[in-house]
Amino acid sequence: MTSIAPRTDTTAVVTGAPRGARRRYAGSRRDELAGWLFAAPFLIAFLLFMVWPILHGVYLSFTDQSLTGAGGNFVGLDNYADALTDATMWRSLWNTAWFTVLSTVPLVTLALVMALLVDRGLPGQWLWRLSFFMPYLLASTVISQIWVWIFNPQIGAANNVLTAIGLEPISWLQDPQVNMIAIVIATVWWTVGFNFLLYLAALQNIPAQQYEAASLDGAGTWRQIWSITIPQLGPTTIMIVILQILASLKLFDQAYQMLGGVSSDTTRSIVQYIYEAGFVDYRFGYSSAISYIFFVFIVIIGLGQAIVTSRRGRSKGAVR
Amino acid sequence: MTTATETLVAPGVTSRRAPAVRRRRFTAGRALAFLSLLILAIGWLLPFLWAVATAFKTETDAASGDPSWIGPSGPTVDAFVSILSQGNVYIWAWNSLWTSAAVTVITVAISALAAYAFSRIDFSGRRWLFYIIIAAIVVPPQVLIIPLFYEMLVFNMVDTHWGLILPQVIAPAMVFILKQFFDQVPVELEDAARVDGASRFRIFWSIALPLSRPILASVAIFVFIGAWNNFLWPFLVINDTTLMTLPVGLQTVISAYGVQYAQVMAQAVLAALPLIIVFMIFQKQIVKGVATTGFGGQ
Repeated sequence: MTSIAPRTDTTAVVTGAPRGARRRYAGSRRDELAGWLFAAPFLIAFLLFMVWPILHGVYLSFTDQSLTGAGGNFVGLDNYADALTDATMWRSLWNTAWFTVLSTVPLVTLALVMALLVDRGLPGQWLWRLSFFMPYLLASTVISQIWVWIFNPQIGAANNVLTAIGLEPISWLQDPQVNMIAIVIATVWWTVGFNFLLYLAALQNIPAQQYEAASLDGAGTWRQIWSITIPQLGPTTIMIVILQILASLKLFDQAYQMLGGVSSDTTRSIVQYIYEAGFVDYRFGYSSAISYIFFVFIVIIGLGQAIVTSRRGRSKGAVR
Repeated sequence: MTTATETLVAPGVTSRRAPAVRRRRFTAGRALAFLSLLILAIGWLLPFLWAVATAFKTETDAASGDPSWIGPSGPTVDAFVSILSQGNVYIWAWNSLWTSAAVTVITVAISALAAYAFSRIDFSGRRWLFYIIIAAIVVPPQVLIIPLFYEMLVFNMVDTHWGLILPQVIAPAMVFILKQFFDQVPVELEDAARVDGASRFRIFWSIALPLSRPILASVAIFVFIGAWNNFLWPFLVINDTTLMTLPVGLQTVISAYGVQYAQVMAQAVLAALPLIIVFMIFQKQIVKGVATTGFGGQ
């Protein structure tokens, strides 16, 4: 069955032994070249726009480089020392963490409720999907404009609703007590559809036989949801929670735009502080240092994700 | 309660369940579910519908804070007319369209090539290269804005569309997803072509790519939506009004308009329209795309 050919000749060989076929090419010069050629476009872009910025960012964080081109002197760990004693930095980290908690809970639970309801196979599937997912397709600018209008303190719809049910109107985006809540509301409306679709796909992968067996045993709808659906969704939920945390930690676009670029101590996220330090105060070195402090947090959570993913991959055979 | 037909399914047949099979009779529970769904859906549509309603009002009606859906002066398209009579909106829409398309084409092309190499071709270093790329999935682009901007200054690409496009084309998660896909395509399919002496690229082009059309479409949709809506990077790298994308351009106008609510809403609705239409047409593919790429993406 096997044909023997010079190792360097890739074209002449393979006959009927597909299994071992690939092995035989290991190390062949043409594969070597082909592999690198195939990967080259990506690798070049990867080096230029990922690896190099990461390394250069580390270097910048040890200098007093300014956006104006001034500075650039090596200052050792000064930027990190400054950052760790900078109250605004800690406040921004805290705001980011607080936003992450406030947004992740509804973004996961609401998505689950929506998916469970839609998965019941009620009429109007197309409409449900459109309603819940449509906001996700809108640019942050668009959703910010819509919600700034709704949250307008004098003539906004939100306050119309509040006064209609006999409550005091609120200065949603101006009042430091509530502006983070306003941003959370807009964010939940904007992005819940994504998690909803992930849940919906997971629900549709639960084998029907399980439900059939359960209803044969006389289990009602709630019982089926509780003892089949929810446990089956466990791995999906872990993934969604982690992805949501990672996404929420990157808060910037809507918070920045809903406040019209005004910086508020109660909504400034860490990404916004990176932006402000770098592009408003021109302190590239300092901004890079904050970026890396933030990066450390992300990596820790990312590692959590990697561990969960690999476990999931092992137990289910494949990672989606 | 359950009818016999629901349970009479051959074992192993219904691994993908049609939602309607499980419970098709009208029950109180179903009515309740329908009602909750309706309330949720209306709640979710309301903010957007309110924006649409405002866009069709006169500025006076909008600014009066009158909570009715149609203003006292009746519906009007004035706000749309004044938005569309300003040339910038068209330029921004075009900039968004072509830069997002460019990001999508380049990303899909280089990711698919690399993924194929990692999946199929034995070359030295492919293993550790792939691990490095996977590790890069956790790097948030927001962390790199300072060094990337610096790099763009050096390359003279600040305020150019290439400066906008190029940093967006690296999608390690997409390489990962595509490699997973190629791994599942049986090697046997390619063997015949190799016997015939087809080159690697030919095999990739005429066998692997056609097989992966659905996953490529998912990845492309995902990348396109991301690029179309991207705010932070375009906001940083583009200052020239005529080079701005829609999200960044519109943002600059909010302050300029001050209190012209109807116009701002008309603008928001216009900017939202293209993607909503795309979603209505390709709903199936988009829903599937999110399901297949969602966990790797972001």
